Amino acid sequence: MTDHSIAHGVFTIERTYPDVAPQRVFDAFATAAGKQAWFFGPGDWQIAQREFDFRPGGRERVKGRRSSGDESFFDAVYFDIVPGERIVYAYDMWHEGRKLSVSLATLEFHAVAGGTRLRLCEQGAFLDGYDDAGRREHGTIELMDRMETTLRA
Amino acid sequence: MSNLDLTFQALADPTRRAMVERLAKGSCSVSELAQPFAMSLPAVYQHLQMLEASGLVASEKIGRVRTCRMEPAAMSLAETWINRRRTDWEARLDRLGAHLQRFPEGEPK
Repeated sequence: MTDHSIAHGVFTIERTYPDVAPQRVFDAFATAAGKQAWFFGPGDWQIAQREFDFRPGGRERVKGRRSSGDESFFDAVYFDIVPGERIVYAYDMWHEGRKLSVSLATLEFHAVAGGTRLRLCEQGAFLDGYDDAGRREHGTIELMDRMETTLRA
Repeated sequence: MSNLDLTFQALADPTRRAMVERLAKGSCSVSELAQPFAMSLPAVYQHLQMLEASGLVASEKIGRVRTCRMEPAAMSLAETWINRRRTDWEARLDRLGAHLQRFPEGEPK
């Protein structure tokens, strides 16, 4: 790629999980077994390799593969962990050996009446405008499918 | 409203999502676009207007036929990036919710 560029993006998602304490929600992020149950990619994406070292300075690496054979790679470093309250990590995201983005993610776990409010914020630098143009159509349709699932939930 | 808000608003409706899916396969006329839906042409135009306002879809009248097409450039790369990360996270957090409901006391041993 000869053109180098950066686009910045930020988004925040808030969810409230009823009947569970912040520590419980935190634990689902803090152990490999806990995370395995829900932290994975779209469609038929499968974990090919996972490394999980949950402590400040520790690393999490997840290599995923789809049945079509394409590979993605998530490489994160934990920067700040306050048990039951907060997790801060930075990660880069690879697809087919190309670096897509570098992001900072923060997770906050707040006790609210009857449950836990989770606040996730991601700030990212999207590198070199790399977007798998050949799959844009596929990506759009997949996006629709996912939105549908999300909105029905 | 930001483009992203308009995009999400446009996609919050199943008819409009079906229209986008149809257009992702290629351009077509408004009547072709309307064909699978049991609704009046004015109603179809209203949906089309929202899709155009979001920038996802563009249309052009040539002679008596209005042709619609996806406008992939409208979703800037940064928005595509955010949308993908966000939809990934929305799906994960749904699964996390189901997981927490199943194991409220702690991770299964």
